[in-house]
Amino acid sequence: MDEQPVVPDNLKLGESGEKRYILRLFVTGASPNSIRAITNTKNICEKYLNGRYELEIIDVHQQPFIAASEDLIAIPMLMRKFPLPERRMIGDMSDTDKVLRGLELKKQEE
Amino acid sequence: MSEIRNGNHLPKTPTGIAGLDQITGGGLPTGRPTLVCGEAGSGKTLLSTEFIVRGALQYDEPGVFMAFEEKAEELYMNVRSLGFDLQKLQDEKKIRVDHVHIEISEIEETGEYDLDGLFIRLGHAIDSIGAKRVVLDTIENLFSGLVNQTILRAELRRMFHWLKEKGVTAIITGERGEGQLTRQGLEEYVSDCVILLDHRIINQISTRRLRIVKYRGSLHGTNEYPFLIDEEGISVLPVTSLTLEKPVLSDRVSSGIPALDKMLNGKGFFRGSSVLVSGTAGTGKTSIAAYFASETCKRGEKCIYFAFEESPQQIVRNMRSISVDLKPYIDQGLLKFHAARPTMYGLEMHLVSLYKEIKRFKPAAVVLDPITNLVTVGSVSEVKSMLIRLIDFLQEEQITVMFTALTLNNTVTEQTDEGVSSLVDAWMAVRDIEYNGERNRGMYIMKSRGMKHSNQVREFVITDQGLDLVDVFLGPEGVLIGSAREAEMLREHTNEVIKNNAVSSKDREILRKRKVLEAKIASLQTEFESVEEELNKTYVEEQLKQEILDKNRQDLTDKRTGKGNDGTNQE
Repeated sequence: MDEQPVVPDNLKLGESGEKRYILRLFVTGASPNSIRAITNTKNICEKYLNGRYELEIIDVHQQPFIAASEDLIAIPMLMRKFPLPERRMIGDMSDTDKVLRGLELKKQEE
Repeated sequence: MSEIRNGNHLPKTPTGIAGLDQITGGGLPTGRPTLVCGEAGSGKTLLSTEFIVRGALQYDEPGVFMAFEEKAEELYMNVRSLGFDLQKLQDEKKIRVDHVHIEISEIEETGEYDLDGLFIRLGHAIDSIGAKRVVLDTIENLFSGLVNQTILRAELRRMFHWLKEKGVTAIITGERGEGQLTRQGLEEYVSDCVILLDHRIINQISTRRLRIVKYRGSLHGTNEYPFLIDEEGISVLPVTSLTLEKPVLSDRVSSGIPALDKMLNGKGFFRGSSVLVSGTAGTGKTSIAAYFASETCKRGEKCIYFAFEESPQQIVRNMRSISVDLKPYIDQGLLKFHAARPTMYGLEMHLVSLYKEIKRFKPAAVVLDPITNLVTVGSVSEVKSMLIRLIDFLQEEQITVMFTALTLNNTVTEQTDEGVSSLVDAWMAVRDIEYNGERNRGMYIMKSRGMKHSNQVREFVITDQGLDLVDVFLGPEGVLIGSAREAEMLREHTNEVIKNNAVSSKDREILRKRKVLEAKIASLQTEFESVEEELNKTYVEEQLKQEILDKNRQDLTDKRTGKGNDGTNQE
């Protein structure tokens, strides 16, 4: 993925030389699942991606058109926009192992 | 049509699909979801697309098509072949196509979730165009993308409730599962209306069928109805009418053969009746049918000729040899040939295509030549049931129909004909009669409901001038036909001449006799006159003599008594 021709500033490698992560979390208002997902995602990011991530939380209720354009089905959904390829995880992010696997922060074998 | 009355006023949304609205009594339940299930390739997507497109075009009801299977572009392409421009409709905001992409194993499930994304997406689509109709094709695909079945099922249940609340008329399609209607048991959630599509192959011939499995709160046809997918989309044929309350006409139509009309009480068939012409090979069934078709066109009425054996050109050419020219009628658009090999598709499909053709052309008469060939694609009982339904339909439309049927076995002629002989109104049998070293055709009228008809066998002759029926010769040796009839007639004629001759010589003899006698009478008359005269003469003389004598005596007496008056004898 490092062969990307143009890499915006915020995508440049972090201080430690590791990749920056751009994440999007799609939620629906203040539903229990959404609240849990927000909390869990934030915790995971702080713990594993400290300082090298951007998390955008989107309330689909506010922008319903985004549901079709982003091809949303299940919610909450966490999308890894960068590094490529795009990855998607659904659920309240309570299964940390799966979230890490989805973010490719953890090797499958571990 | 077998319209089913909707007594309890359950609101219904017409699909616009030919025939489907008839068997559902008006369409799908308004504001409720309907499940359409069937195997792969059974026409689910097409049916639901037509529902959306026809809704937008014919009923001004915008619709949302949510495709879980096909991409929007694929869908556009598929329906373009039916003449629908989805892209244009989408631009006009009459429909909205949304492709939901589900990739197996692309999504990691990390805990509890719901399908709000789908809800919001659908809700937005519905609201953005004010949709009244929704199709979810095939929502079951979600099961392959999402692992947590418990959540999925709960969410689907919620989805159908939500659709009802939204008040949209929805079609949800589902793949046929083993032992149940759909693979994931969607029928549990959608309980208002379930339509099952089927695609069966029997004897290498495929037939599509549709059945309303349930329709809560409404009467519906429960049979399996065949349907056809062609360049105009789906057409379902409501094949059996529920009642036998058909209008009847009592005016008559000519068969085209005057002598045959004469056998049928002088007027021909009833309009709207069904006529069967059966006979062994080469007995002129097609000729009779062509005469009938030509006669119909001659009256300026339309006729469809369904040919299952010969090509139209072949029939036109062959009929010219008996001075029936069908070509002008074809050119005028009065006569339409529809030729199809029976094996082209299954019986039900034949029925649907006949039905469509008849509906479109609106003929006054229909010819099916021959129905026997249909047996090659179905069993006798199937053919019979198909014909029952066809006759039913035609009678309702008041179309006169003529079937021809080949009877294969001479010994059981009266019982073949695919058992339709009991259904038809008139049945004519043409039989080969082998006698005296030649084959001739004899025609009987086996039955003709509601009219006096001849019970006699007529010899059916085909000449360059056309068809005719000739009275058979009833001689001392029985019924004679063909050359035997002609020979007998000739002999009769000879006898007549001889007899005539004999009679005239006798007449002359009498004349002569009379002349002789008359001469004799004349001479006798003269003789008698002369004798009479002679006798008269004597008689007069005698009288004169007597008179003179008397006078003399008087004179003498007078003289003696002196009473004379001459004075000479005075005393």
